[in-house]
Amino acid sequence: MTTTQSASSAFQVHASDNVATLLGEVAAGAPVEIVGPAGRQDLTAREKIELGHKVALVAIPEGAPVVKFGIVIGMAMRRIEPGEWVHLHNCRSQLDERSGHFDVHTGEPGDNAYA
Amino acid sequence: MLNRASKQVSDYIPDRIADRSWSGYLRPDGRKGIRNHLLVVYTVECASFVAQEIAKDEPDTHVIGFPGCYDNDYAIRLMLALATHPNVGAVLAVGLGCEYTQPHRIAEAVRASGRPAESFFIQEHGGTRLSVAYGKDLLASLRARAQENAVKVPMTWADLTIGAECGGSDGTSGLAGNPAVGRTFDLLVDRGGSAIFEEVVEMIGLRDLMVSRAASPEAAKQLGATYDKMLNYCKAVRQYSVAPGNFAGGLTTIEEKSMGAFAKGGSRPIQGVIRVSERPPHAGLWLLDSVPDEHFMQFGYTNPNDTEGIMDLIAAGAQIVLFITGRGSVIGSAVAPLVKVTGNQRTYRNMVEDMDFDAGRVLSGELTMDEAAAELMDLIANVASGRPSKPERLGHREFFLMYKHQDVPSLEAGCRA
Repeated sequence: MTTTQSASSAFQVHASDNVATLLGEVAAGAPVEIVGPAGRQDLTAREKIELGHKVALVAIPEGAPVVKFGIVIGMAMRRIEPGEWVHLHNCRSQLDERSGHFDVHTGEPGDNAYA
Repeated sequence: MLNRASKQVSDYIPDRIADRSWSGYLRPDGRKGIRNHLLVVYTVECASFVAQEIAKDEPDTHVIGFPGCYDNDYAIRLMLALATHPNVGAVLAVGLGCEYTQPHRIAEAVRASGRPAESFFIQEHGGTRLSVAYGKDLLASLRARAQENAVKVPMTWADLTIGAECGGSDGTSGLAGNPAVGRTFDLLVDRGGSAIFEEVVEMIGLRDLMVSRAASPEAAKQLGATYDKMLNYCKAVRQYSVAPGNFAGGLTTIEEKSMGAFAKGGSRPIQGVIRVSERPPHAGLWLLDSVPDEHFMQFGYTNPNDTEGIMDLIAAGAQIVLFITGRGSVIGSAVAPLVKVTGNQRTYRNMVEDMDFDAGRVLSGELTMDEAAAELMDLIANVASGRPSKPERLGHREFFLMYKHQDVPSLEAGCRA
């Protein structure tokens, strides 16, 4: 981003959120500055995370809710460590039956046959 | 939540923008249009090629139609709503001659609205080439009459109905693109205008939040019932409105996408719920329900594509639709200009010829949300004044209509008061 804000910042929408959204891309091992209603905090990204994707702010146990905007957006499919990318490989919808069957990078569905 | 926290400051708008006015077209029903388009309507897929050829190289002419041979009340209502839209000055309806939907009935309804209209069957005019030539002649005379009939009047914010739709959403949509449009909706509604948002299928998990925004107990009842119907429908058809592009853009679940999508509704009270082809009974913020009702044929997916929702908003009378796309999209719309907003600066740069507004500047700290909303209002006034939006400039005029079933008692008499 051509910005006045650091590319490695992430926005926590609601104080109760356990994830924040990256405002630019962050590299593995790089610091992430978390901004939002709970104040500023520093975190280290455990892997590369892209703009618009989510980083875990705290450890989220397997089966625990993933919270963004102050609401439950899905459940952790396994334990998620602070600084980890939170996405299709470790968080699934409570409603959408196809959730859990999408490629983590492209979102391509893997649950339908073309033959 | 985002909406609530921003409520106190959303009155920010410079006088220069608040006081803008422009010239529009007064229609016999009292509504005002910002364009004076001609519309060609085909009544079955078999007539669509001829309809497209008639409209070809006619810059003021848009095409809509219905592909099915068997007719559908929902589709007829939608075509009539568009054919009598304030942006439309005259209509030509073209059929093949075999289908259930009748072009002459469409033309009659349009004439009853005070607009010139003509119709014909291709089978009575000798095939493709002769029908296209005949249609072009009719179009020329309709254009002359539409221009003769045109009554130019001043318009302000209170004369506008604006729709909002999102598509190709990503992680920036819920943080920047949709909230910027929501703030713009607040500004419009506070100035006596009408704002309509839809995509009820992207309000999963938000029943309490929706109901808490109701302007009246009746609206609260409508919002709750609309949510319950939507959830039952999504569960029954096992389809949720989230797609691979959303995932690639960082959205993980429909629950996450929903909260971001709802932000485009701003913070003002929701006056009630309208169904497809109904118009808001009075000004303010409205929710449009496009989810099929229970029916033995269970017509329609919940949200087949972005264009369907955009046309539903235009059928409700929107003269302009704001389309929020984080990933980027290259659609426009028939009948009413589409204005494209993105919260993703990378998308804005990559697709700058298609994107009208960069709301990503809020995330980078270049603009506050209030400044973004004021700037977007200014852009809307420019488009309302006749400046083409980027999709219009590129020649986009997408349209989509398929079979669906909805009970709309207010429209079942077959005419619009």
